[in-house]
Amino acid sequence: MQNNELIPHLFRTEYRKIVSVLSKLFGIEYIEIAEDIVSETFLLAAELWGVKGLPENPTAWLYGVAKNKTRNYLKRNQLFAQKISPEIKHTNHQTEEIEIDLSIKNINDSQLAMIFAVCNPSISSQAQIGLALNLLCGFGVEEIASAFLTNKEVIYKRLQRAKEKLKTDKIKIQQPSLAEINDRLPNVLITLYLLFNEGYYSTLQNIALRKDLCLEAMRLNYLLVENDITNKPMVNALLSLMCFHSSRFEARINQNGETILYEEQDTDLWNKELIEKGEYYLNQAFTNSTLTKYHLEASIAYCHTKKENTSQKWEAILQLYNQLLQIAYSPIIALNRTYALAKAHGKKEAISEAEKLNLTNNHLYYSLLGNLYTNLDNKKALLHFATTLTLANSAADKATIAKNIDKVPPR
Amino acid sequence: MKEFMMIFRNEKVEGGELPSAEQMQAVMNQWQNWIGNIAAKGNFSGTNRLDSEGKTLKPNEVSIDGPYAEVKEMVGGYLVVKANTFDDAVEMAISCPNLLYGGSVEVRSVMAMDADIHSVSFLAVK
Repeated sequence: MQNNELIPHLFRTEYRKIVSVLSKLFGIEYIEIAEDIVSETFLLAAELWGVKGLPENPTAWLYGVAKNKTRNYLKRNQLFAQKISPEIKHTNHQTEEIEIDLSIKNINDSQLAMIFAVCNPSISSQAQIGLALNLLCGFGVEEIASAFLTNKEVIYKRLQRAKEKLKTDKIKIQQPSLAEINDRLPNVLITLYLLFNEGYYSTLQNIALRKDLCLEAMRLNYLLVENDITNKPMVNALLSLMCFHSSRFEARINQNGETILYEEQDTDLWNKELIEKGEYYLNQAFTNSTLTKYHLEASIAYCHTKKENTSQKWEAILQLYNQLLQIAYSPIIALNRTYALAKAHGKKEAISEAEKLNLTNNHLYYSLLGNLYTNLDNKKALLHFATTLTLANSAADKATIAKNIDKVPPR
Repeated sequence: MKEFMMIFRNEKVEGGELPSAEQMQAVMNQWQNWIGNIAAKGNFSGTNRLDSEGKTLKPNEVSIDGPYAEVKEMVGGYLVVKANTFDDAVEMAISCPNLLYGGSVEVRSVMAMDADIHSVSFLAVK
């Protein structure tokens, strides 16, 4: 790897680790000090490595410099050291030198503690995703701003406010207890799920960034699977869902960033390895009787890894949607379920149910009706697609609708 | 929206052939599709199927084995739905699969908790 690629790469992989360890050591009140120390470390690396060449082990070099900078900071700021030192002494049984533990185990524990601190319902879910990207994924303010299609100032303020809120609420960065895990894991998973969707369903033109968001969500989810205390069935279910979805990443977007509908995807582009991983985690998810919406969504995604259009497959999907609606209703699920109903029982039955849904402010509702009426009553189909166009906002949605209109046979 | 409970009753059938696994699955799917139709409209609140194991206790230490309070008719399950009016709830019940198999559906309006507590007779008894 070239020097000019190595630092951004290490920044992405190591920044978050050292920040997590130092933040856990200092406590949430001093999170900015932790960030500053790590930023300075990388700045020094950029200056020195360019002139003197790469150190033998760049990661170890970064850890060493970060440790020194932390010790120096504590020496220079006795007051700060006194405030946090009882805690440090307590955990390290040392009085003289403060030990900064950058072992793999402590890095993993610190990142886990950080996930639970950041994915906290006391801040909005948008702020949770932003902080997760910033502190847990090493994303800069600029990258987060482009992911959210907004400007740097908005994101900067959002992150500041979120950190302030975590401080005033005295959120602790610590390994969650077994009791806390059951309580707080669902919210952590919601944030990871949203982070994944941010990349997967985004209308962003920058495909690399979208993939990064999905990969980061999977990486954090994997961290939970790797840790015995958080390796729960629902965590595996969500990871399985992410594997199945991302297996189609290459197939569902063309080079111009346009969406390719499922029916038209080239199955050779589906990632077999990710499908197999998805199957593995899905099996892990069903090791006890827990049944969450992630289990059902992952099971539906599993069915979609088989391209054949048999009515048995669609009946299975329909049954999964029936259950999903009973534990987590949403208009999108209701619409998808009606599509499965059409595939399993025919369009006529589906139309009669679709029209009772009455989701008249949702452009996907009219899109579904348009699809159902195509080849049955093409005049009605076109009318529904026309309504869809007036309600759709994004260019990507409009392009998809245009493709659907093309499929309606001319009169 | 108010809540309504649908109570499903079937008469006990003596003897006869047990349905095959495929037949059972088909009937299950039919029920789930009916409930799915209701849930897709956001009208689902909760449901349970009841097993045939049961006993009915009566005053004076009388008890009846089996899930029958009176005649040989048993409650097989219930579904709680949300609807604007009683008629809307009845409309949902019309396509209930239980009606296809000789069973019945009783639709009842669920009394809200506070309506009960605020009733004068309730307070008077306490």
